[in-house]
Amino acid sequence: MDAAAVIAAHAALGYGGKSVLDGLEFEIPPGSRVGVLGPNGGGKTTLFRALLGEISPLAGSLEVTASISTVAQTDRSRLDYPVSALDVAVMGSLAGMPWWKRPGRAEKRRASEALEKVGLTEQAKSSFGDLSGGQRQRVLIARALTAEAEILLMDEPFTGLDNKSEARLESLIDELARSGQTVMIATHEVEQASRWDLVLCLNRTQISFGRPEEALSKPVLEATYGGHIVEIPGQPDLGVLPAHHHHHD
Amino acid sequence: MIDWLTDPLAFGATTRALIEIAILGTVGAAVGCWVILYRLSYSAESLAHGLFPGLVGAALLGLPILLGGAAGVLLAAALIALVNRFATDDADTATAVVVTTLFGLGVLLALSPESPPGISELLFGDLLGTTDSEIIASAAFAAPVIVLLWLLHSRLLAVGFDQGSGPALGVSPGLMTGLVLSLVAVTVLIGVQALGNLLVAAILVGPAAAARLLTDRFRPMMMLSVVFALLAGLAGIYISFHAKIAAGAAVAGCLVMIYLLAAAASAVAERSFGRTSLNQ
Ligand SMILES: Nc1ncnc2c1ncn2[C@@H]1O[C@H](COP(=O)(O)OP(=O)(O)O)[C@@H](O)[C@H]1O
Ligand SMILES: [Mg+2]
Repeated sequence: MDAAAVIAAHAALGYGGKSVLDGLEFEIPPGSRVGVLGPNGGGKTTLFRALLGEISPLAGSLEVTASISTVAQTDRSRLDYPVSALDVAVMGSLAGMPWWKRPGRAEKRRASEALEKVGLTEQAKSSFGDLSGGQRQRVLIARALTAEAEILLMDEPFTGLDNKSEARLESLIDELARSGQTVMIATHEVEQASRWDLVLCLNRTQISFGRPEEALSKPVLEATYGGHIVEIPGQPDLGVLPAHHHHHD
Repeated sequence: MIDWLTDPLAFGATTRALIEIAILGTVGAAVGCWVILYRLSYSAESLAHGLFPGLVGAALLGLPILLGGAAGVLLAAALIALVNRFATDDADTATAVVVTTLFGLGVLLALSPESPPGISELLFGDLLGTTDSEIIASAAFAAPVIVLLWLLHSRLLAVGFDQGSGPALGVSPGLMTGLVLSLVAVTVLIGVQALGNLLVAAILVGPAAAARLLTDRFRPMMMLSVVFALLAGLAGIYISFHAKIAAGAAVAGCLVMIYLLAAAASAVAERSFGRTSLNQ
C-alpha cells in the first residue's frame, strides 16, 4: 500500500485555543472514498479547514502528504459573478503557479479536460450562475481537478441536489477514486457513506473510523447523532438518520 | 458641426483636459470593475471622501495636492481599518462615522480664514486647469495600476468569485481585497485634481456599474466600462466647453446619464428576453 494521504495522530482542533474536535486518530490511504459523518456542529468543516491548513491543530498532529483542494458548498458561491464554467475551472490552475504568471493555453486545456471529466463539456461557455446546482457543484469539482489536487474535500456536496444530480455526483466520486484521487465527503447520509471505503464519525470528538461495516455500528451512530437514529429495515445493525434531520447549516 | 468638434481643440486647456480624462477614465473604469465585483463601492467612496482633510491641509500649507491626498488616504484607510477592528458587528456604520468626521474636518479647515481662494476646486476639481506635469504624474501613477491589474487578473477573478478558495489556490483573499482598495486609493489620487473630492468616486463606480448591467462576462464588462468612461469624459468636456459649465460636473453628469441608459436598456432586455443574467 502507498503511504497514507492523510495521517491524524492525537489531533485536537479548535478556534482561539478552545477545542471543538479532539481524539482524531486515523490514516487515509490514497484513492479512498471517505465519508465524514456527524451532526451539525460536529466538526466536519473544522476538520476540512485544518486539512486545508487554514487552522493548525491545538494538539497532536494532522499530516497531509499530498496536494489538497476543496469543493465548497455551492450555496456559498456567487451566482451574479461574470464568469463562464470554463473560467471557473481555469481558476484551479493558479494553485502552485508563481504570482507573476498568468494562466495560458496549457492551463485552459487542462481546465477543458477537467470539465470533460465531470461531463460538462457542452456547458463550458455557459455562465456559472445559469447552471443548475448539480452542474455548479461539478464545475467546482473541475476547478479542483485543474488544480491537480490529489486529495479532494467536499463539504456536504449533496445538500440541495435533486435525485438525478445526486446519482451523478456519486458516480463521479467513484470514478475519481478509481483514478487514484482521495475524496473526503462530509455528509449526513449514513446510507450513502456505507457504500464508500471508509467512514469517519465525528461529534466533537472522533467516535469511530474504519470500514463502514465495522465503523457504522448502531452504538457508534447513537454516539454520533445522539440517539435520533432509526433502523434501516432488514439491516438492524445499520442505522440511518430520520429524514427531517437533513438541513443546511 | 465640424467647428463644434474642432473649436475646443484650439485651446491647450481643453486638449490637456481630454488627455487627463482619458488616462483617468481608463484607470478608473478598469479598477472600478473590481470595485463592483468585490462589492467595495462603499469603501471606495469612503476613501475618496475621507481624504478631504488631507487635500485641504495641503492647500493650506501650500504643498502639492498629490502629497496631501496621499496623506489623507493613508489617514482615512488607517482610521477605517481601526474602527472596523473594534466595531466588527456594524462595520458600515463605523466607517460612515469616520468618513463623515473626516469630511467635516476638511470642511472646517476649508472654511478657516487662512484658507486660500479656490478651495472649492478641491471639491469639484479643475479638469480644464490640468497642467502638463499633472498629466505626466497621472500617467506615471496609472501605468503601474494597469500593469498590476493585467498581471493579477486571474487571481483577482478567482478570489472575487470565491474567497474560500483562496488558500487552496495559493492566493490570499485579504491581500487581494487590500490590493483592490490600494488601487482605488491610487486612482482617487490621480483623479482628485481633475474631478475633485466629490466627483472622483463617480468615475470609479459609474462606468463599471453600467457595464455590469449589460454583460455577464468579465472581459466585455471591462471593455464596456472603459468605453463608457472615455465617452463620458469626451462628451463632458465638449458640453462644458459649449455650454460653459464646470468640466468635472459635466463629466460626472454624463456618467450618470450612461448609467441610467444602461439600467433602462437592461430592464428592457430583461422584459423582452427574460435575460436574468443582466441582473446585478
Ligand atoms: N470560526 C469559528 N470560531 C469559533 N468556533 C467555531 C468556528 N467555526 C465553527 N465553530 C464551532 O466549531 C464547532 C464545529 O463546527 P463545524 O466544524 O462547522 O461543524 P460541522 O461542519 O460538522 O457542522 C461548532 O460548535 C461551531 O460553533
Ligand atoms: Mg459544516
